[in-house]
Amino acid sequence: MNLFRAHGLVCGGTGCTSGGSPEIRARLEKELAAKGLDKEVKVVTTGCHGLCEMGPLVIVYPEGTMYTHVTPDDVPDIVNEHLYKGRIVQRLLYKEPLTEEKVPHYGDLPFYQKQKRVVLQNCGYINPERIEEYIARGGYSALAKVLGEMTPEEVIAEVKKSGLRGRGGAGFPTGLKWEFCRKAPGEPKYVVCNGDEGDPGAFMDRSVMEGDPHRVLEGMIIGAYAIGASEGYIYVRAEYPLAVKRLRIATKQAEELGLLGDNILGSGFSFRIHIKEGAGAFVCGEETALMASIMGQRGMPRPRPPFPANQGLWDKPTNINNVETWANIPDIILKGGDWFASMGTEKSKGTKVFALTGKVRNTGLVEVPMGITLREIIFDIGGGIPNGKKFKAVQIGGPSGGCLPESQLDLPVDYESLTGAGAIMGSGGLVVMDEDTCIVDVARFFLNFTRSESCGKCTPCREGIKRMLEILDRIAAGKGKMEDLDLLERTALVVKQSALCGLGQTAPNPILSTLRYFRDEYVTHIQDKRCPAGVCAALLVYRIKPELCRGCTACTRVCPVGAISGTRKEVHFIDPDKCIKCGACMERCPFGAIVRG
Amino acid sequence: MTLKSLDDLRRLREEVQKEIETRQGAEVQIIVGMGTCGIAAGAREVMTAILEELARRNIKATVLQTGCIGMCEKEPLVDVVRPGEKRITYGHVTPRDVPRIIGEHVVNGRIVEDLVVGRAN
Repeated sequence: MNLFRAHGLVCGGTGCTSGGSPEIRARLEKELAAKGLDKEVKVVTTGCHGLCEMGPLVIVYPEGTMYTHVTPDDVPDIVNEHLYKGRIVQRLLYKEPLTEEKVPHYGDLPFYQKQKRVVLQNCGYINPERIEEYIARGGYSALAKVLGEMTPEEVIAEVKKSGLRGRGGAGFPTGLKWEFCRKAPGEPKYVVCNGDEGDPGAFMDRSVMEGDPHRVLEGMIIGAYAIGASEGYIYVRAEYPLAVKRLRIATKQAEELGLLGDNILGSGFSFRIHIKEGAGAFVCGEETALMASIMGQRGMPRPRPPFPANQGLWDKPTNINNVETWANIPDIILKGGDWFASMGTEKSKGTKVFALTGKVRNTGLVEVPMGITLREIIFDIGGGIPNGKKFKAVQIGGPSGGCLPESQLDLPVDYESLTGAGAIMGSGGLVVMDEDTCIVDVARFFLNFTRSESCGKCTPCREGIKRMLEILDRIAAGKGKMEDLDLLERTALVVKQSALCGLGQTAPNPILSTLRYFRDEYVTHIQDKRCPAGVCAALLVYRIKPELCRGCTACTRVCPVGAISGTRKEVHFIDPDKCIKCGACMERCPFGAIVRG
Repeated sequence: MTLKSLDDLRRLREEVQKEIETRQGAEVQIIVGMGTCGIAAGAREVMTAILEELARRNIKATVLQTGCIGMCEKEPLVDVVRPGEKRITYGHVTPRDVPRIIGEHVVNGRIVEDLVVGRAN
């Protein structure tokens, strides 16, 4: 067997892939061969490391040196200097944004210090397209333990002991759900993995499916054994082609090894997994709509009860869990429910994966123990707000969630405290906003999304969201009235209480939370007809500061509608009635004399 | 190849663990001087010999390179660090010396005195 003294790990997560990591890999292989090092250095493509802002990433082992923003032209240096001579390529190392200090070792990066990577432990470390690497890291040992030493009831007891709650957002106790399904009469039973991650900006599940697909499979096989299911479905959104590809490869490899199919590991237990691609509907992330889609029907939710655990796919008992929930199962079995329960808070155990995006330095994927504060996630892990801007709000939970202001940043991340503050944990999307973000515009964005994705079945959602959006559009256009705020709030509450499914029930959350914490911003839009963040186009006023204007006529010449008057050496003036707020004058002015607000 | 039993899985795991060992870091470190002086003196051939010997004997060790440490006269230099023990530097190492360094020092902890250049304090 060839002993590779070094491994070059090229990140193959979607972010780095779109940043060119396949070209980097190809160049790495070429340069290594040219230098005669191809038998000594192994090139491996891994899943996502989470530090997406710094990609494309290359990590060299055994040192664990992390190279950031790598381009194919950097590869010769990595090969000639580091892999050949052992000299680390300093210019490619991660630099601390404030001190400019270089951090060579992967494990020392401040980004990872407060994280606890359980679900993501293999992402960025193994090649997700090789089951052998998953097994080498202890993969499928949990399954072996379950099939060799545990009864289905014991498995369920362990999951209950762990306190694991559904990671899709609702947070229902997983062990209890499995128990309901096990006890429900009916055959055959099904297990389903909800990989329809539809929240804008969320990519936690995508990274797990792309970076460590076997972890999800192992969780499902264990769950199927515990529940007594013989068939499983993974519902993946088609917008994730890489995840679909890696899941297909993973299931095929598992089948070839006999870890899926008949008589798994000689235990007598048989289980098959099918992969079903979604067709672009956000509502299919809702479990009853998802099941309808699997059965070939239009993706529309139905009332519950009956719950899927009793009547799901083809009216048989079905257990549906989110990707991250399934991914937590192997370690709960191997290390015990007590180990899992030792992390987190009293009611929210374990870790949670968050997609940290928006106005934050280290955008990417993080996994933290429950109970950590939002401030720690955004500032310690995320590196704070870039460009010297001030934090304004953080949106948690996507279109179903809420915006929390600075005063709520010391809230511990846990299901109950977030709900109490008017947000929800959701599936883990965190969007950070700074002073240049308009809260009204954010509420409009999410409502626009939920309006397009509404299936149309129930009136509150179909009509209610549209009306709320109309009110917001009026406010953003400077045509709002104070009574609109009461109407907005009342409508939001009605929709929340009467919609058929989670989409409609939570669509008003962005409105309710922004009204709760940022009411004065709405009032400014309505009464002052002004957008403090300078976003809502209709409310923007461009004006020339007379004390700074030199009368150079540069702006008068770029204005497409001739709204600026003034000759040379005369202070210029923008006519607000003619101005179309294109911003060309502001961009052109060499003296910074034009302001917008 | 189908796994028909738990034992089959366990055997496969042991086999494939070697594949990712390099990422985990072994306890024993072997550091080869690969500065210009080292390379000119023949460090590449010594490195190859080390890798072959480790593979032949199925030994887990981390092989690293380092730059010129100033003792250019004594290149090729090879350092061996075993956990809890002093770092030993061997000088004027040739591919023929490698089996002895690996067999005596890396495996059995016996320093090869005639090749030693210095001990780290």
